Amino acid sequence: MHIGTGHYLALSAALLLIGTVGVLTRRNIVIILMSIELILNAVNINLVAFSHALHNVNGQIFAIFVITDAVAEAAVGLGILIALFRNKETVQADEIDLLKW
Amino acid sequence: MLDAILFYAFAVLVLGGAVLTITGRNAVHSAVWLIVSLLGVAGLYLLQQAEFLFAVQIVLYVGGIMVLFLFVIMLVNLDQAARERQFNRQWLVGLAAVAAVGVQLGYFLYHGMSAFHLPEAGAVSPAGNTEQIADSLFSEYLLPFEVASVLLLVAVVGSVIMAKKRI
Repeated sequence: MHIGTGHYLALSAALLLIGTVGVLTRRNIVIILMSIELILNAVNINLVAFSHALHNVNGQIFAIFVITDAVAEAAVGLGILIALFRNKETVQADEIDLLKW
Repeated sequence: MLDAILFYAFAVLVLGGAVLTITGRNAVHSAVWLIVSLLGVAGLYLLQQAEFLFAVQIVLYVGGIMVLFLFVIMLVNLDQAARERQFNRQWLVGLAAVAAVGVQLGYFLYHGMSAFHLPEAGAVSPAGNTEQIADSLFSEYLLPFEVASVLLLVAVVGSVIMAKKRI
């Protein structure tokens, strides 16, 4: 049984959907940030699969840049979370409604 | 054959870890399941001869980002959050939207599967994976590489300012 690019794309699509469900349905901001990491990993699986299929290293370079973005996003996101918790004493995304009235 | 067994083993690791990450009540358990999922992704990289990314994935994600997550979970008191409702009121709408997107993706993947028999693109380079990446990163992608370092600097400064006592 041969594992081709299509298998990797299907797996990556499934991971993307699971991450999206996490972002859309969870209330805890920490877990929302973890779901974003899952989505970015789904993108990376795609990039590496095509890089392997085409014998071209550019896909892996892009995966490195995506990982860099993921690190920056996690650092800033968790910094915002700490500032938010200090001011509002909550980590639930739907209880933060400062801009609503 | 071995490829297929390893692929399905890592796929179970990735998807199982991901599902348990987004359904867990305790954030620390979610973080541990996310580590399992990310290790599965690292295994998939190894299956596709991306050894450098395999190492980066383990060192950076499992060693760096997950430690960051666990530190923040310890700094922030999550006991209250663990006792409350875990899913927001729009969860049904969210699930329906994701299901619609999933049906579309499945349809396109199923009908486009034959397009993935890509033509063999030249011979495999004799250089190792890390060497190829370094060659490409430090010649063709030098400017994006430098811009990425500026991005990281901005992120470091931003997160320090965010976490300061008084903003």
